[in-house]
Amino acid sequence: MRHHLILRVVSKMLIPFILLFGLYVQFHGDFGPGGGFQAGVIFAAAFILYALVFGDDQARKVIPDKALILLVPMGLLIYALTGFAGILLGGKFLDYDVLSSDPTQGQHLGILVIELGVGITVAAVMISIFRAYAGRTKAIDKEDW
Amino acid sequence: MTTSPDMVIIIIDLVLLTLLCLTAFAIMLVRHLFAVVALTGAFSLLSAGLLVTLDAVDVAFTEAAVGAGISTVLMLGTLALTKRREATKPKLSPIGLMIIFLTGATLIYATPDMPKFGAADSPGLMHIVPDYIEGSKNDIAVPNIVTAILASYRGYDTLGEVAVIFTAGMGVIILLGRRREDEYGYSEDNAAFPLHPEGSDNTTGKDKS
Amino acid sequence: MIEALISHYNYWLIIILMMLGLYVVVSRGNLVKKIVGLNIFQTSVFLLYISLSKVSGGTAPILTGKPESFSNPLPHVLILTAIVVGISTTALGLALVVRIRESYGTIEEDDILIAERSQDVSERNGGSA
Repeated sequence: MRHHLILRVVSKMLIPFILLFGLYVQFHGDFGPGGGFQAGVIFAAAFILYALVFGDDQARKVIPDKALILLVPMGLLIYALTGFAGILLGGKFLDYDVLSSDPTQGQHLGILVIELGVGITVAAVMISIFRAYAGRTKAIDKEDW
Repeated sequence: MTTSPDMVIIIIDLVLLTLLCLTAFAIMLVRHLFAVVALTGAFSLLSAGLLVTLDAVDVAFTEAAVGAGISTVLMLGTLALTKRREATKPKLSPIGLMIIFLTGATLIYATPDMPKFGAADSPGLMHIVPDYIEGSKNDIAVPNIVTAILASYRGYDTLGEVAVIFTAGMGVIILLGRRREDEYGYSEDNAAFPLHPEGSDNTTGKDKS
Repeated sequence: MIEALISHYNYWLIIILMMLGLYVVVSRGNLVKKIVGLNIFQTSVFLLYISLSKVSGGTAPILTGKPESFSNPLPHVLILTAIVVGISTTALGLALVVRIRESYGTIEEDDILIAERSQDVSERNGGSA
């Protein structure tokens, strides 16, 4: 898509900041509005913007399908395994108090880890949903732009 | 009449709700589906604004990112694969009108039993929520109460929701993940998520029967 | 009277919005339009929940160290997850619409029913012959 110079330049400038904002929302969710759900969606939005502007095939090089299909269940597993870690350390399922010697620290750790799991699954699911649609659509010819 | 902050909130509320109703009305009447999708994005953005005035900043954040961002892209993707116009003109449907008037009347009949808008003594606030607020102040020490409840007090709930998202994602991949080969010359080798490695041809369904 | 209006107007407007969404679902035959209607309905349910959580004079439920009254955070949690689950199910519905279009060549409900019926008839004739 050589014809969309402005779109390409602007999105190239924007995408790093969108990703950075996604990370901020992910890890600052304890203190302000945000958390895994929002951060996952923002992350996915950055990759979808990249795929829209630079083409689906280019985007597949950034995150290969094989990596994506692994990331989808990984977040859910991180979440569930954190729950089982609570059991192994002598607490209940999803009881974060026992994750660290100090219960408050344990709660912080648990929240951070499970929010990360939520973020990974949400982002991966959103990207693969978009990819499933994009893989069905005929590539737009250069003349059609 | 005093212009208390509440009055300002009520006015903003009324304006945004009216705009939402007008957008929904326009969505109902417009036949061009691209316009419908654009209006849906505007609808989400308006509802995110309304959620901010109702103090639900986390929810507004999610609604803005999901509704105005991802869902618009998905609907445009669907339109690219289907059709851009509705076939029939919108006409009055008597059964539909009857259903919505009956349901709406029942719901409005039930509203006087609900707590007053903005009431500080509504039953929802009385029972477990004070414990949650105290707990996230003292036990968890996380300033954002919503995160504390979401991740810690209601961890089971959130685990279930993540499982639902995972399942829905898997469903979409199974339904659409395979690229179409017939018209566009894609082969199974570069399929997004190949489901039939041998390249079986029993998935199109059109040429059955 | 005016007090009842101020204390419940929010619910009434949201119910009107809900009914607009329901009407789109019931009356329109186009499947994409039906899903959009379902989205309107869903968003108005979210707004109803959040309206219930509002406390006048309260702030967003984020602790700042000062004593203050908060809006009820519990509905926020429920709706926050419901929004993301909603987009996932919407995506699933739209994927079904795409597959329906590939099988029947249309996304209008009436045409799909006609195609189904004619297929049924031809199958029955084929079976009896």
